[in-house]
Amino acid sequence: MPSHTFVLNGQQVTVDVEDDVRLLWVLRDILGVTGPKYGCGLGVCQACTSHVNGRAVNICCVPVSDVQPTDEVTTIEGLPATVGQELHPMQQAWLDMDVPQCGYCQPGQIMAAVAMVLQARAAGQQLGDADFDQIRNICRCGTYHRIREAILSAQTKF
Amino acid sequence: MSTASEQRPTDVSRRRFLGYVLAASTLTVAAQLGEGAAAPRAEAAVPGVPEPADLYDLNDMLTDATLATANLITITLNPDGTASFALPRAEVGQGITTSTAMLIAEELDLPLDKVQVSLADARPELLFNQLTGGSNTTISTYTPVRVAAATAKQQLLEAAAAELGVPLSALSALQGVITAPDGRSLSYAELAVKAASLTNLQVSVTLKPASAFRVIGTPQNRVDALDAVTGRKQFAMDVQVAGAMPAMICRPPTINGTVVSVQNQAAVQAMPGITDVAVVSTGVAVRGRTFGQCIDAVRALQVTWGPGSEDAATDATVLAELRAAENPIVTPPLPLLTKAIDARFTFHFASNSALESNCAVADVRADSAEIWASVKAPITAQEEIAGRLGLPVGAVTVHVTQGGGSFGRKLFHDAALEAAEVSKAMGKPVRLMWHRTDDFRHGRVHPMSISRVRATYSLGQVLTLDQRHTSVATEFGHGLGEIITSSVAKLPVGGLTFSETIFSLTQQTPYNFGVTTQLLTEVDNGFHTGSMRNIYSPNVRCAQELIVDQLAAAMGQDPYHFRRNFLKDQRAVAVLDKVAQVGDWGRTMAPGTAQGIAIHPEYHGFVAVLVEIDCTPATVNRKIPDAVTGPRVTKAVCAVDVGLAVNPKGLEAQMMGGIMDGIAVTLTSSLHLDGGHFQEGSWDNYFYTRQWNTPPELDIIVMPPTTGTPGGAGELAVAGSMAAVACAYGRATGIMPTTFPINHDAPPAFTPLPTVPPIPQSPTDGLSRAY
Repeated sequence: MPSHTFVLNGQQVTVDVEDDVRLLWVLRDILGVTGPKYGCGLGVCQACTSHVNGRAVNICCVPVSDVQPTDEVTTIEGLPATVGQELHPMQQAWLDMDVPQCGYCQPGQIMAAVAMVLQARAAGQQLGDADFDQIRNICRCGTYHRIREAILSAQTKF
Repeated sequence: MSTASEQRPTDVSRRRFLGYVLAASTLTVAAQLGEGAAAPRAEAAVPGVPEPADLYDLNDMLTDATLATANLITITLNPDGTASFALPRAEVGQGITTSTAMLIAEELDLPLDKVQVSLADARPELLFNQLTGGSNTTISTYTPVRVAAATAKQQLLEAAAAELGVPLSALSALQGVITAPDGRSLSYAELAVKAASLTNLQVSVTLKPASAFRVIGTPQNRVDALDAVTGRKQFAMDVQVAGAMPAMICRPPTINGTVVSVQNQAAVQAMPGITDVAVVSTGVAVRGRTFGQCIDAVRALQVTWGPGSEDAATDATVLAELRAAENPIVTPPLPLLTKAIDARFTFHFASNSALESNCAVADVRADSAEIWASVKAPITAQEEIAGRLGLPVGAVTVHVTQGGGSFGRKLFHDAALEAAEVSKAMGKPVRLMWHRTDDFRHGRVHPMSISRVRATYSLGQVLTLDQRHTSVATEFGHGLGEIITSSVAKLPVGGLTFSETIFSLTQQTPYNFGVTTQLLTEVDNGFHTGSMRNIYSPNVRCAQELIVDQLAAAMGQDPYHFRRNFLKDQRAVAVLDKVAQVGDWGRTMAPGTAQGIAIHPEYHGFVAVLVEIDCTPATVNRKIPDAVTGPRVTKAVCAVDVGLAVNPKGLEAQMMGGIMDGIAVTLTSSLHLDGGHFQEGSWDNYFYTRQWNTPPELDIIVMPPTTGTPGGAGELAVAGSMAAVACAYGRATGIMPTTFPINHDAPPAFTPLPTVPPIPQSPTDGLSRAY
């Protein structure tokens, strides 16, 4: 069985599993990292959104063989470590706005929000109302409005 | 001899209840669930003919049903000074663990973060008392939970009085510390064991008056928010159970199709990671190391399928069935010059699929079974699973996990039953999860319905309003039926079926419209249905409010003032006035845009919603990939009166979510039935509200307490917002919409996924779409 090595939340891990198994299942079913959620397995709902080398990725659509030994995979569990704090400013904003309802989509929402802010910042911009059309993450509880407020309040804090 | 005035209940006597101190090593107190209903109910006095739900509604029935069978709920004060309570309800996002912790913190005078609320396993002795539905949790637990907490505080005070040698009346409790007049103090941690009882005691306690509330009625953040934002919140599929490997089902191409034969079972069982393949009642089950490999196995299975139960059904055939079943409206003889408005509305199938798809963990052994799942009727689940497995009920344990949304879906336990069957067939523990595509196509749906409304008016008065709602049957097999059976003799409506009873107990006409009738007729067939958030109300209310707009126009009145003039209840007037004022009702709007306003009464509460909609081509034709944009609700204003909001911040959250649901079912969300199956198979097929449909402006106003007791909150906003959006759309376009969602008959905005194999493969291009 092929062996795959990558960096997961700051730690190097090696997993023996077939090449085509998607990263989401490697994390959840083999490594027991359950922050990224399954919502479709089609790259549509974005509940599994995590970071690969700092960019947002739907890991239900990434064969584990696509991940290289030096690639840094970050899930919601590893997000705070990016700033050496207990919580990332985006997570804190989520708490301040009391965003979550059932909470199932929220890890993916937060990971997507952080990446979007960084992407806009790299282009010398801040996120505004029009940019929210780019966020495809489903929240079936309908917390969208508080998500917008949380992103707007956090985007200047990291 | 007592005088009449002494016999009248005083404020204090209304707050006095019996609590229990249980024999235990640390202070353990209890109260009987159901006592909240003991307070007398005010009979509604309204002009015209009251409908059943005006006098006695679904929540009265749910609460009363608990009286005779109530059993104890228990709070434990731990030696570390925290309090623990296992809530016999399901938390699926509605915030009841937070509001329950607030009730305990209030009566116990303990900081909120020292109250731990978990979810109780199925407790068969609670009978009807462990159903989460009908927005009834806070209504039915408000008093019992506080009684238990007050009992605990009283015992702590007694222990402190003995310890400090001062009279109990001289002590004060604050934030988990009891202080004597001389400044000496004892923490609850120091008192928890000392306050424990060797025997069971019954004690009388007095609850705090509302004027002393420090926690109830204040906005609080959710107690589980930190776990949610850090990924630590555990849902059923996150629970680690030894040996419980992923499992999925290969399902038939059409609804209720059956397995005739499997051609390649051995080959699939030999696929990488796969451990087992077994035919079960709903399809062919596979178990493997990862869900990814289960998906591969499901797709590889070659199965000969028998026909389903609805193979010839399409939207059009179901609609024709409904039309044929519709009961006529017979209007009594009316004065000359009476005019009528008559319309029929169609509401298409919709999905109550949560983001967490149907799932459960099951470990079935020869003589016992253990289940982990988010279920709102765990006792029914336990009984049904025991029956399916051939085990005594007591041998089945059902653990209620945190739920990733429900919207009615978790009233049923389809995945738990299936997981138990699969675990038994394979002789191994399983972690069974439905693929998203199955969840849309084979999961429960909100039934298609039509609603005909006829109103007559003359000389400035509405004389009659008749509504005939005809629907594909809604299944209530999750235990609500038992309650109805036990309660039906008490109801002011006799001789109705379960569904008709639910309908008549939930549907009200909030207006003085003379003789009003609202009746349900059902067409029963093989669809898997269930209640979707707010059950019948969004459709029934939407139809009625559209007719109200028509009446207003026909009688030359403004929609807001017309409603105001005809509303029965002052609480309804107050919320309507509030949204009209905050939302600046009647302001000048550009062509193609309009306001809409609507009201909804239910769950002992009232909600009013005002929206502004933009139907201009520039907005309607916005291009977003794989999306439905369409008309945009640009602003929503909602005022809500639930009698007493335990947690206003949580109530606002429920209104926000309800509004998003109302927007979805009006403008974008439905299932299309063709060839015996629903076409939708992904979130980019089933168009629930997304960020691009979200109103940029949202304002939710929680009204000050009116009745002093909490009403229901979880579903209230869906009907009001659906009606308001529909009315706004009608006013913006000049054409009253009669089909919902409004885009249902438009060319499909997606290409349906294949049905064989039943589920799609996951893409492999994730890294190339990174951002």
